[in-house]
Amino acid sequence: MTESTDWPLWEVFVRSRRGVSHTHAGSLHAPDAQMALRNARDLYTRRNEGVSLWVVPSTAITASSPDEKDSFFEPSGDKPYRHPTFYEIPEGVKHL
Amino acid sequence: MTAPTSPTSPTTTAPATAAAALALGDDALVLSHHLGEWAGHAPVLEEEVALANIALDLLGQARILLSLVGDEDELAYLREERAFRNLQLVEQPNGDFAHTIARQLYFSTYQAFLYEELARTDGPFTALAAKAVKEVAYHRDHAEQWTLRLGDGTEESHHRMQRAVDQLWRFTGEMFQPVDGAHDIDWPSLQESWHSSVTEVIRGATLTLPEGPRADAWAAGAGRQGLHTESFGRMLAEMQHLHRSHPGATW
Repeated sequence: MTESTDWPLWEVFVRSRRGVSHTHAGSLHAPDAQMALRNARDLYTRRNEGVSLWVVPSTAITASSPDEKDSFFEPSGDKPYRHPTFYEIPEGVKHL
Repeated sequence: MTAPTSPTSPTTTAPATAAAALALGDDALVLSHHLGEWAGHAPVLEEEVALANIALDLLGQARILLSLVGDEDELAYLREERAFRNLQLVEQPNGDFAHTIARQLYFSTYQAFLYEELARTDGPFTALAAKAVKEVAYHRDHAEQWTLRLGDGTEESHHRMQRAVDQLWRFTGEMFQPVDGAHDIDWPSLQESWHSSVTEVIRGATLTLPEGPRADAWAAGAGRQGLHTESFGRMLAEMQHLHRSHPGATW
């Protein structure tokens, strides 16, 4: 394997079957979007894992920063009332 | 052309069908082996997986086809060079990546039209062809995408892709020799479809269509008759040596 490519990085999302969301599967290098889709097909769906693929340039993704971890996520840690666990579910109620 | 007798297992396949299965099966087997040679050497990891996938599709086709003829392992590993019926195109060495892509473009386009026809007609290859059509559609797309990008890429990639389509051009005429046992194929019309498809891709890639004979007296290729080019013996030696050194070995 030669150290050659300056191809951009793409994030791959696979939908495993109809009705469920696309899930992040991994990333790969490709020269353009069409080739990225094909590489994704070869790398992430060769064992019949998917029915639909998205590829997104990694640079298009804005990620939260580890520095913001405390202000982003910690405040929700001690608020169990945000979980709908304080209600008695009446018998016979479906789809909850 | 007569089907070489398999070393063992007489089959119930009609001789003409067996002859066609051998020709098409050998095409798939030999090309599969060459594509497998890229493992560990492809320009990028993603492409290595792509080529290996294509190789495995072809190997699957080869196994089905050769098992119509006899014992698939004996056919693959114990036949001499002259008993192989593959096209000379598929036995051409990988060369650089552009060479491999040009070989893929020429062959997968041929296979796409051929299997489409075989899937349409009711015969011994209908089921195999119906499945293979989808695999081959991807192989063809892969080759076309790369031809376009290399041809219309950098000066270097354009030069290499042009060199590759030129050098392999003379092996393309042989593909349209009628294959015994594949009676329902309209070969001239297959050739016409192939030619217009390949022309469109090559022009789209800003390359020039190779000129010169594709099938003259010496360039015609006689792989279907068991005559092969120089490098094929070396490929076979590598492909067969393990089986010949350790007959009957299992994992």
